[in-house]
Amino acid sequence: MKAFRELLFPLIAVLCAFAVGGLIVLLIGDSPVETFRLLLGSAFSWPDGIGYTLFFATPLIFTGLAVAVALRGGLLNIGAEGQLYVAAFATAWTGITFATLPSVVLVPLCCLAGIAAGAAWAAIPGVLKARFGSHEVINTIMLNFIAVALVGYLTQYHYRLPGDPIMETAPIGSGARIARLGQFVPGLPARIPLNLAFLLALLASWLVYVLLWKTKWGYEIRATGQNPAAAEYGGVSIGREIILTMAISGALAGMVGINEVLGYRYRYYDGFSDNYGFTGIAVALLGRNHPFGVIVAALLFAVLQRGGVPVDAFTQLVSKDIVLILQALVILFVAAEAMFRRRSRQRVVGSRQGVARQV
Amino acid sequence: MRSILTLSLVFSTIRLATPLVWAAIGGLYSERSGVINIALEGLMLAGAFTAAAMTFYSHSPWIGLGAAILAAAFFAFLLAVVCIRFKANEVVAGTGINILFLGLPAVLSGALFLSSGSTPQIPKEQLLPTLSQLLPGAPQWRIMTDVSVISLLALLIAAATSYLLYRTPFGLRLRSVGENPAAADAAGIRVNRLRYIGVVLSGVLAGVGGAYLSIGQSSLFTRNMTAGRGFIALAALIFGKWRPVQTLLACVLFGFADALTIQMQGVAKLPSGDDVPVQFIQMIPYVVTIVVLAGFIGQSRAPGALGVPYEKES
Repeated sequence: MKAFRELLFPLIAVLCAFAVGGLIVLLIGDSPVETFRLLLGSAFSWPDGIGYTLFFATPLIFTGLAVAVALRGGLLNIGAEGQLYVAAFATAWTGITFATLPSVVLVPLCCLAGIAAGAAWAAIPGVLKARFGSHEVINTIMLNFIAVALVGYLTQYHYRLPGDPIMETAPIGSGARIARLGQFVPGLPARIPLNLAFLLALLASWLVYVLLWKTKWGYEIRATGQNPAAAEYGGVSIGREIILTMAISGALAGMVGINEVLGYRYRYYDGFSDNYGFTGIAVALLGRNHPFGVIVAALLFAVLQRGGVPVDAFTQLVSKDIVLILQALVILFVAAEAMFRRRSRQRVVGSRQGVARQV
Repeated sequence: MRSILTLSLVFSTIRLATPLVWAAIGGLYSERSGVINIALEGLMLAGAFTAAAMTFYSHSPWIGLGAAILAAAFFAFLLAVVCIRFKANEVVAGTGINILFLGLPAVLSGALFLSSGSTPQIPKEQLLPTLSQLLPGAPQWRIMTDVSVISLLALLIAAATSYLLYRTPFGLRLRSVGENPAAADAAGIRVNRLRYIGVVLSGVLAGVGGAYLSIGQSSLFTRNMTAGRGFIALAALIFGKWRPVQTLLACVLFGFADALTIQMQGVAKLPSGDDVPVQFIQMIPYVVTIVVLAGFIGQSRAPGALGVPYEKES
């Protein structure tokens, strides 16, 4: 029954979002049926549809996991966007600076650099909250802007090739590239950028599951998220827990850089993130903050993202930005879940409200 | 430095601070009532797009402004329903509104104007007027020709808010609801009703700030034209310790930083002869906010019940 309910509410929220989205399409004078057919249909063709959908899903799994882990620990990380920028830059910096190293050393080094940078950037609001009690939501928002400015500065003034009109760094060493799945999967051309990072995303999901539900660390994170006072009484150091949770969250967000830099563009490209950090919030909420739910939700949003292209091309009036509207509606309907509950509105407690209580 | 600190820097500061003041004072009403409002960015975009589209159709900036207020107030009301009635996490719901207004103006302008996210140009005489355009007989001083009516009103709205908040029963009730809703409830104040009013007012004012961006400072709506100003307004609100006059001053400071960034581009040089990297000036508001919030420069204390949904005991 409980599992049924866990599935039911996200499903209702998605259906409501699509209903309202369809209404908007209708109001601007286009066909909702045709729009949704294009949005959902183009993701399942082989190899382009499936290849690109899985490629688009990869960063969303990472950021969805990042937000989910933080929420389980009672923290709202809306700084995944900044964390993934800093991390992607660190990944590229390592790939440029140590370009001559052999692949077996360089690839893990680049990955670790990104993960560490993401973790460190996210640990800042963690420390600020643990030490000074300042709210992580405001600090992560501010750090998003600082991150964008910082990597923009480094790209523009220090790591751009002379004369390059585009805001991007020099390419990483060829030893830092990771394989595209086209090399292993027959029929999948290598031009489709789906790469090993997708498998890493699946592995990370499994690891997050193990961490949260099978280890003492995870138990303490969840205990802190559920009821900080009780957890502290039980011997958990809340401050340490906050910093640790943020760092893990940032590390996950940081893995986006592996997909982007090592698997796709082979350089740091300024402004590459298509709102991955914020979409991660929608992914985590829709996935009920569970790693496997996150995978499913990330796939749904990736399908929509892939479907945005034909919507742009083949409808008269609707543009691919309808995808953003659907995303926003999903967030609003999932957040307003109490709307769908008949009995009590008090049930919406747990980690999500513990979050705001410490402003 | 003489080339940088000029009179145009002053007017540029006024121009850039104006939308921040409207949005930040708007946010103040919401947060003082106890509802976190990180949707200021989205509400400003709602106002900016509606103002430009309606001015284009009606040829009147005042109709555009009125429509912008209505639109932003409507979506603020929606946010309030989601947060107050359905007790959604206020930060999450606010993020939803922000993402909605990355998409909605783009889709609508695609359908209405067959563009990919912007509205058509509006002729100069149909924009929100400057002081001298409103009072044709007045002397043509720069303060009259360069300052928009909306900028002057921003000053007045901050002063009025200060009066309303600290000198009227409404202000007292609003503050009590944000500080201690249970006590306010016991005193017979309708907590959630005041919170609805606070959030909707934030939409009204953020809508004006957005309208100023599209049909005051500029002459069309462009995609994501707020470019983070809603968040800077939020930062100013925190830096101003949730108080109207301090918030106004914080907006002016952040507007000045912004004006400086624009003026320094390509003009100022470091002693080494390199350009001053503007990114570091752009960071100032955000760094200042983090520092203030951590309590390094005086304490900035949020309203006591900020972010806590109120549930009447039965």
